[in-house]
Amino acid sequence: MRILLEILRREHAGAKPYVQCIPYETDDAAATVATALRQINADPGTVDADGAPVGEIRWECSCLQKKCGACAMVIGGVPRLACDARLSECGERVRIEPLRKFPVIADLIVDRSILFENLKTMQLWMQEAAAAEGRAVDTAYEASRCLQCGCCLEICPNWYAGGVFFGTAAIVPTSRLLTTLPDAVQKELRRAYRKHLYGGCGKSLACRKVCPAGIDIDGLLVNSNAIAVWRRRRK
Amino acid sequence: MQRIHIIGAGLAGLSAAVTLGAAGIPCHLISLQPSERAQSVLAEGGINAALDTMGEGDTPEQHFQDTMRGGVYLADPNAVANLTGGAPEIVRRLESLGVPFNRGEHDLILRNFGGQKRKRTAYVKSSTGKIIMTALIDEARKYEAAGLIRRLPHHAFLRLMKENGQCTGVRIRDCYSGMTADLPGTVLLCSGGMNGLFPGMTTGTTQNSGDVTAAVFAQGAALGNPEMLQYHPTTVGIPGKRMLVTEAARGEGGRLYILRGGEKWYFMEELHPELGNLSPRDVVARTMYFVRREHGGSVYLDMTALPEDTWQKKLSDLREEIEHYLAIDPKTEPIPVQEGIHYFMGGLDTDAEHRTNLPGLYAAGECTCQYHGANRLGGNSMLGALYGGRRAAQTILREGLQEAPDQQPEFREMPDALDAPASPGFIRPVSDILLSGLGIVRNEQALDAALGALARLHPENAREENRLALAQAMLLGARERRESRGAHYREDYPQQDDSLRKTTIAVFADGQVHVTFRPLPERRM
Ligand SMILES: Cc1cc2nc3c(=O)[nH]c(=O)nc-3n(C[C@H](O)[C@H](O)[C@H](O)COP(=O)(O)OP(=O)(O)OC[C@H]3O[C@@H](n4cnc5c(N)ncnc54)[C@H](O)[C@@H]3O)c2cc1C
Ligand code: SF4
Ligand code: SF4
Ligand code: FES
Repeated sequence: MRILLEILRREHAGAKPYVQCIPYETDDAAATVATALRQINADPGTVDADGAPVGEIRWECSCLQKKCGACAMVIGGVPRLACDARLSECGERVRIEPLRKFPVIADLIVDRSILFENLKTMQLWMQEAAAAEGRAVDTAYEASRCLQCGCCLEICPNWYAGGVFFGTAAIVPTSRLLTTLPDAVQKELRRAYRKHLYGGCGKSLACRKVCPAGIDIDGLLVNSNAIAVWRRRRK
Repeated sequence: MQRIHIIGAGLAGLSAAVTLGAAGIPCHLISLQPSERAQSVLAEGGINAALDTMGEGDTPEQHFQDTMRGGVYLADPNAVANLTGGAPEIVRRLESLGVPFNRGEHDLILRNFGGQKRKRTAYVKSSTGKIIMTALIDEARKYEAAGLIRRLPHHAFLRLMKENGQCTGVRIRDCYSGMTADLPGTVLLCSGGMNGLFPGMTTGTTQNSGDVTAAVFAQGAALGNPEMLQYHPTTVGIPGKRMLVTEAARGEGGRLYILRGGEKWYFMEELHPELGNLSPRDVVARTMYFVRREHGGSVYLDMTALPEDTWQKKLSDLREEIEHYLAIDPKTEPIPVQEGIHYFMGGLDTDAEHRTNLPGLYAAGECTCQYHGANRLGGNSMLGALYGGRRAAQTILREGLQEAPDQQPEFREMPDALDAPASPGFIRPVSDILLSGLGIVRNEQALDAALGALARLHPENAREENRLALAQAMLLGARERRESRGAHYREDYPQQDDSLRKTTIAVFADGQVHVTFRPLPERRM
């Protein structure tokens, strides 16, 4: 299989971005964008379509099995994980860009620290021992699976960095606490939920389609809205 | 109060950070990437604790016995007794942090895991590590908001600061800006295993390059049992790595077979009747190696007889994963599996209080040689990381605090000999050489050849030099341990030798690696 990778590159935050086209060939039908990036970086002799040396393409990866969220980027116009994007599904050429809603550090690396800042603003931690039983156990499991990759924020029409609305990447972890924290200590959390999560979401569920962890976002939304807005706990 | 500097934000680093936070002691939590991306999120099958919720009369003492036997008596018995004694409380604490462990009517369900005679492994489906990490990350956030934990989450360890043989701080680099800072104070390493020595060949993450261990080894920190690598019996190749098929697959009833004369032979059940498919990992991996050598073809993991309920409640995530990567439905079809490098029992040498040989330097988690001896039992490593991180923090609270102002790190342009990374052209041959000597079955000839080949390489920068020394320590440890024990199997010395029931100690001094053996302490209590 032969494919042309069109990578949006930038030496550092302030540098001018440019697209570099790199031909890549592989026999491995399971090869992903992550495979290609790793192989290109491991071979210092790689040249682009014009014969110019490619050098190291900067990107982040860790698990290589779609479990850590490190390698989120925009591939063929869609935010997804590089280690989950099979080249065989990409056609003859594919555009690879960093996530667009976060500040770029270099090449495909963006600074996603706003995700973690927002969770801090939400005060997401257990104030008291958790009490999860029955259905809440399943909800807590689902809500613990978020990778903090940022794909959902990239696609969301209502989210931007620094805005009041914190998006799905905060809705999911908040659901964990709403379902497991005792009622008595939830007042602040409910207030924060209404302020930063409930109001801003248009419920188009574009986020659900791109979530690489396949999290049941609508299920969690219904559940958390019931608790935080309607004060109803589903047994 | 001066901040404690923790390198690594996986289970061990987080556990240490929240322990310090709860005591009101500030720390830096330094990692290449945020906690969500640490290897700990990959852990699947579960965490061990003798909670005895299954009515089998399990006790911490039995957990101790299994851990010692599994590690073929090469672990420090006092440290292991601490670990197994502390395990139930660790798991209960995780529960109170909201970890939704699989539950029965009244309490947690525990599952069978390799090398253990009792059901002792608490789990959350087959994503236990991820779910525990989420809870601990939330807990750490509490102390972040209070200013006690200060994260430096895109920062690389460069080297220790040292004075008169003591560790006096750490130099780190901000990978985003490229700038460097020196942080004076006590240092705790929680930097994970040495996957980077075997690129593409391990089940773990690319973040754990082994560079931290290599650098501190070159700076005088001793290594324990560097030859002890764990090959996990059931892994499958996916692009760029070996993917683990959790031991829980066998814990829930999966069986291994090979075709012998066209017939399925469930060899573990016949050759190792006591624990069968759930024998310790070293035993399973080695048996697979030998039956394959004799009968050819692949070993298969057969899960086709597992009941529907098990797939739904306990292994749903595993099934999805196998279907995604192998296009095989494990419910209806056996999957071909192979041994893959999974865990490093060896690493930085610490005492039971997690002190290294350098005053001011502590270590916990997979980067250490602690708790697992010659073979780690499944479910004991998350426990070791959580317990070890906490124990290390407690030691630091007792003796490692320093009255000095808490300063913001000052990052500046500061060239360092360790700036240049090891090049792919160096990493690859080192990995090939290590694999040629440190397979599942080893011998003196291959180890000598590997050491010779290593000596002919030409490192071109400081990182490559460090990596070379680390590789040498592993091979020398394997050569000098002229016996077979746990994961270290020498076909030229197939017997266990009781005079070698000692820790292999490797130190780097005067530009050379020296290997000696240190007797193990007696059990005190
Ligand atoms: C696929 C898989 C499944 C597993 N399943 C189980 C299981 O079911 N049960 C069990 O008990 N164990 C299991 N394990 C083992 C267990 O997960 C690990 O041993 C344990 O999580 C290690 O934790 P840690 O905190 O020591 O290291 P890690 O989680 O690996 O964290 C290392 C940290 O160090 C940082 N770091 C590394 N290098 C540098 C550097 N140069 N500079 C700065 N920071 C650095 C990283 O960024 C990271 O934050 C499994 C392992 C794998 C790979
Ligand atoms: S449902 Fe729509 S508006 Fe709400 S978080 Fe998802 S993408 Fe954004
Ligand atoms: S909800 Fe899904 S897409 Fe959003 S950060 Fe979490 S894992 Fe990523
Ligand atoms: S590298 Fe972990 S999700 Fe891709």
